[in-house]
Amino acid sequence: MIVYEKSKGLTDTPLSYCPGCTHGIIHKLLAEALCGANLLGRAIGVAPVGCSVFAYNFFNCDMLQAPHGRAPAVATGIKRAKPEHIVFTYQGDGDLAAIGTAEIVHAAARGENITVVFVNNTIYGMTGGQMAPTTLPGQVTQTSPYGRDVKTAGYPIRVCEMLATLDGPAYIERVAVDCVKNVKKAGAAIAKALRYQADGKGFSLVEVLSTCPTNWGLTPAESLRRLSGEMAAYFPPGVYKEL
Amino acid sequence: MSKRYLMKGNEAVAEAAVMAGCRHFFGYPITPQTEINAYMSKRMPQVGGIYLQAESEIAAINMTLGASATGARAMTSSSSPGIALKTEGISYMCGCDLPCVIVNIQRGGPGLGGIQPSQADYYLATRAPGHGDLRMLVFAPATVQEMFDTVFTAFDAAELYRMPAMLLADGLLGQMMEPVTPPALPPAPREKLWALGAGAPKRKTISSLYLKPEELEEVIRLRFARYSEAETRLSACEEYLAEDARVLLVAYGATSRIARAAVTAAREKGHKAGLFRPKTLWPFPKEQLRAAAAKAGKVLVVEMSMGQMVSDVRLAVGDTAAVGFFGRTGGVVPLPEELLERVEALI
Repeated sequence: MIVYEKSKGLTDTPLSYCPGCTHGIIHKLLAEALCGANLLGRAIGVAPVGCSVFAYNFFNCDMLQAPHGRAPAVATGIKRAKPEHIVFTYQGDGDLAAIGTAEIVHAAARGENITVVFVNNTIYGMTGGQMAPTTLPGQVTQTSPYGRDVKTAGYPIRVCEMLATLDGPAYIERVAVDCVKNVKKAGAAIAKALRYQADGKGFSLVEVLSTCPTNWGLTPAESLRRLSGEMAAYFPPGVYKEL
Repeated sequence: MSKRYLMKGNEAVAEAAVMAGCRHFFGYPITPQTEINAYMSKRMPQVGGIYLQAESEIAAINMTLGASATGARAMTSSSSPGIALKTEGISYMCGCDLPCVIVNIQRGGPGLGGIQPSQADYYLATRAPGHGDLRMLVFAPATVQEMFDTVFTAFDAAELYRMPAMLLADGLLGQMMEPVTPPALPPAPREKLWALGAGAPKRKTISSLYLKPEELEEVIRLRFARYSEAETRLSACEEYLAEDARVLLVAYGATSRIARAAVTAAREKGHKAGLFRPKTLWPFPKEQLRAAAAKAGKVLVVEMSMGQMVSDVRLAVGDTAAVGFFGRTGGVVPLPEELLERVEALI
């Protein structure tokens, strides 16, 4: 009896993520959600720039790699040309909340019928751990070596809260992947977001609080504790918009 | 089809795109190309197409990229400062081998510059439309009729060579009204086996990322082989009284019409002046120009810039003719009388 197998929503390409990183879990959740709702065959994904740049090699559907931050605009072009397809973007916090701020805000404001999986690990991972728009006050990174000083570097952006002020989005939820219970919750949220799109309800976004043991300088277990603690305190999980 | 219409250059471009089967237009308002947006916002819903006003020029080109990746005929338009913002997307489209048509109704620069006609984006269009080793097709219409016709040519060439194509015009051509007779329809969109969302059994990916240098080099070499084919087949030009000319004016777009008037005036005074007009800027019609310049011996390049195309003219002509330059810039349009004076000084 098979009790567990790799999702058919993922290819056989080995993931390029660091040990202990939660991108793998989030990939699995998205792949399972696409398969579970039988949407994989008509899915088109957009990969960002950052650690998940190679997502186009991992998801077992048609994929396009977008310029840094522009995934929501690229996804808009795809969705407008192929409205019957399920179009998703997979973006990190540097990609979505810094260089791509305009694109995500306006895709949300238009109520663009796409699904965004937003992975927030409070750091630029691919380039080696620089300060991100979501880096917590006081957090030490390569470019905030004395800790993020809010007097000069400003405050983290709470994307879900910000986008929820708009009339355009249909569904916005923040989840965490710090324990089995929350991983299941995250999977359910992603599945729900895709269902919103399939039902033509409009823009959906799931922010997933994630870890970066390599650039945080913590072990995977310590990383998960940081996620449950200070990260979840600053970025409270919950449903921010549900039409 | 033989019906004639009185149209603005900007409207001609938009209607031609609709006739060419373009159903996805992504734009952003900027003078002097805004009529393209206005026209598309009215016309696209009538033909079941999409007009989307993007939040920025950057978003507009990336939406164009997304639509193009599914095989759709997609277009965006802007004017100089906005085109500068599109260079990111143009580079990615080159890196992904995606076709599209981009319209640049040039205005004066640098910076915000002005809103009057200019040809100061020649380098931007032909040299560096984006970062990296790449090329973009650049067409230079000179009449409203050609604005119309060139959209057909540009869509087809972009699809054939799988690269972005730019229609490089200026505020003068965009804003002027002239009669247009729509030509025969362009070839139907080519088969796009690479397009996403086609439901093929094997999944497709489109990316410009190659971390192995040898692999990237190979991809670029193959792409340049395609560019080279485009270079051989697409370069186009028009000559006017060039056969026996002693002074050959070289100008493109709106400026070529002023140069033509100067040539006519010079001929009336008995001076053997002629005109060479590149209709494509990349590929540049260098062989044709070299032959025409060699016959004339003297060349005068006229541009609405401080001198950009003149570099290509010098490269093409080499030492077969003396090359001079006359330019007005900042939105100032040269007068035929000014050109006539220069021609007379050269004769």
